[in-house]
Amino acid sequence: MNTTIMLFLLQDGITNGAIYALLGLALVLVFAVTRVILIPQGEFVTFGALSYAMLATGQVPGTARLAVAMGVVAFGLDLYAARRSLRFKLVVRSVLLNIVLPVAILALTYALAGPKTPIAINIALSLLIVAAIGLFLYRIAFQPLAHTSVLVLLIASVGCHLALQGLGLVFFGAEGLRGPALSNAAFTVGPLRFTGQSIAVYGLTIAFIIALWLFFGFTLMGKALRATAVNRLGARLVGIRTTLSGQIAFLLASVIGAISGILIVPITTLYYDTGFLIGLKGFIAAIIGGLVSYPLTAVAALVVGSVEAFSSFYASNFKEVIVFTLILPVLVLRSLAAPAVEEEKD
Amino acid sequence: MSALLKVSDAHVAYGKVEAVRSVSLEVADNEIVTIIGANGAGKTTLLNAIMGILPLTGSAAFAGADMASLDIEDRVAVGLSLVPEHRELFGTMNVEDNLQLGAFRIPKAIAARSFERVYTLFPRLKERRKQLAGTLSGGEQQMLAMGRALMGAPKLLMLDEPSLGLAPIIVADIFRTIGELRAAGVSVLLVEQNAQAALKIADRAYVMELGEFVLSGPASDIATNARVAASYLGFTHEGESAI
Repeated sequence: MNTTIMLFLLQDGITNGAIYALLGLALVLVFAVTRVILIPQGEFVTFGALSYAMLATGQVPGTARLAVAMGVVAFGLDLYAARRSLRFKLVVRSVLLNIVLPVAILALTYALAGPKTPIAINIALSLLIVAAIGLFLYRIAFQPLAHTSVLVLLIASVGCHLALQGLGLVFFGAEGLRGPALSNAAFTVGPLRFTGQSIAVYGLTIAFIIALWLFFGFTLMGKALRATAVNRLGARLVGIRTTLSGQIAFLLASVIGAISGILIVPITTLYYDTGFLIGLKGFIAAIIGGLVSYPLTAVAALVVGSVEAFSSFYASNFKEVIVFTLILPVLVLRSLAAPAVEEEKD
Repeated sequence: MSALLKVSDAHVAYGKVEAVRSVSLEVADNEIVTIIGANGAGKTTLLNAIMGILPLTGSAAFAGADMASLDIEDRVAVGLSLVPEHRELFGTMNVEDNLQLGAFRIPKAIAARSFERVYTLFPRLKERRKQLAGTLSGGEQQMLAMGRALMGAPKLLMLDEPSLGLAPIIVADIFRTIGELRAAGVSVLLVEQNAQAALKIADRAYVMELGEFVLSGPASDIATNARVAASYLGFTHEGESAI
C-alpha cells in the first residue's frame, strides 16, 4: 500500500467517523438523560436525509404528515394523563405543542416545497419535520415508560425502530435516493481532494461538539439535563421536570440524526433502512465511550470510521464484520475493569 | 393562625403493608416542628408522601390549597422542599452548580440573592464552591443538600435525619443553622432520631410509633414526658436506666 492510498482511506474514514461521532454523541446524551438506548437514531438519519432528498425534487415527504399524526396521538395521551385535573393552561399548551406545531410545519412544507426551493429552506424544513417526530416519539413511546427498567426501555426502543423503518418504506419506497450537495466547491491539498461536502461534515461535527459542550457546561438548562442524568430524584426535588429533560434530549438527538443524514445523502445513496446500520456504528462508538463519555465517544467514532475504511479496502466482504467485532474486546475489557454492577432494583 | 402545611388522616402503604396509618399534622408559619421516633416508625415514609414521592391517601394541603393533583415538581414550585435522608446531590457536579440548580424554578435575580444567603449560612460551601459534590465530607454534603433546598426559597423545609452519620460537632452546627432558618422566615418540619437535639430547637413535636402518632404537643412538654424520656432520650425521670 502506498501513502496516497493510505491518505485516501484515512480521509474517507475520518469523514464517516465524524458522522458516527455525531450519532454516538446523541446516543450518549439520550441514554444519560432518559436511560433509553436509542435504536431509532438510525431512522432519524434516514428520515432527515430522505425528506431532504424528496424536498429537493419538489415533493412533500410523508414524514411531514407522520409528524401531524404523531402529534394527534401525543395530544390524546396528554389529555388522558391529565384527565383528573384538566387545567385550561395545560390543554392550551398541549394543543400548541402537539397540534398547532406539526400542522404549521406541514402547511409550511406544502407552501414552500417546489423544484426551485433553495437548499437552505429544504434543510430547515427537513430538520423541523424530524425534530417534531423525535419530540412526539418520546411523548408517545417513552414518557409513559420513564420509570421502568433499562431493559423495558430497550425493548420499546427496538419496537419504535421497526415501526419507523416500516413507515420509512411507505414514505420513501424501496428505491434509494440521493440529495443535492450542500456545496460544489472543491480544492486539492497534495494528493487529497477536499469537497465542500466533506468540509461541511467536519465543520458541523466540530461545531456540534463545541455547542454541546457549551450547552451542558454553561447553561442552566444544560446543567439541568446533566442533573437529571446524575440523580433523577434529586433533579425532581429541585423542580426539574424529568419529562422536559427527556423531550429536550430526544429533540437534540433527532436534530443531530437528521443533520447527519443530510450531510451524507449527497455522498452515498440512502435507502429506507440504511440508517439502522449507520446508527449501529454510532452505537459502537458510544459503547466504547461507556455510554457516558462524550470525548471518548468522539474519538472512538473516528477509529470506527477509519477501521471501516481500511477494512473495506482490504476485505470489503468482511467490512461490517470487522467493524462490529471491534465491540467484543471493548466489552471484555470493560467487564474485567469494572466490578459487576447489579441491574437496578425494580 | 392558619396552617402552612395541614395533613389530615394520611395513610401511606407499600403494596398491602401500611407504613403510615391515620396521621394528622400541622405546621404553622414560622414554626419548627419535629417528628421523633425509632427506626422504622414511618417518619421518612411520611415525609416522602408529603413531598409527592409516594402516594398518600387522605388529604395534604399547603398554604390552604390541596396538593393531591400536584407532582413533586409542582410542590417545589409552591414552596415546599425536602432534604431527603440520602441527600440526592448531583455528585459529579460542583458545589456551585448544585446550588444553582436548587434555584431552577425561581428567577435569576432572586437566585443571586439566595446564593449570598446560603453562603452566609454555610461559609464552608463558599470555600468549596468549585469542588465536586461527591468528594465533600458527610457534613459538607448535608450542608450542601440544605443549601440546595434553600436556594429555591421554600416556605417550608422538610429535613429527613440531617444528623445521620455526622460527627457531634457538625450535628451541633447543623442544628444551630436550622434554628437560624426561622429568622429567615422558613418553617421547618424536622424528622430526627436524635430526639434530644430535635426537641431542643423545636416549638412542637409529634412522637411516631409503628406508623401512628402516639403523642403530640409543645416540644418542652414532650421532652419532659416520662414515656418519651424512657424510649427516646435514654433516661428515666426516676433515675433508672432505660432498656
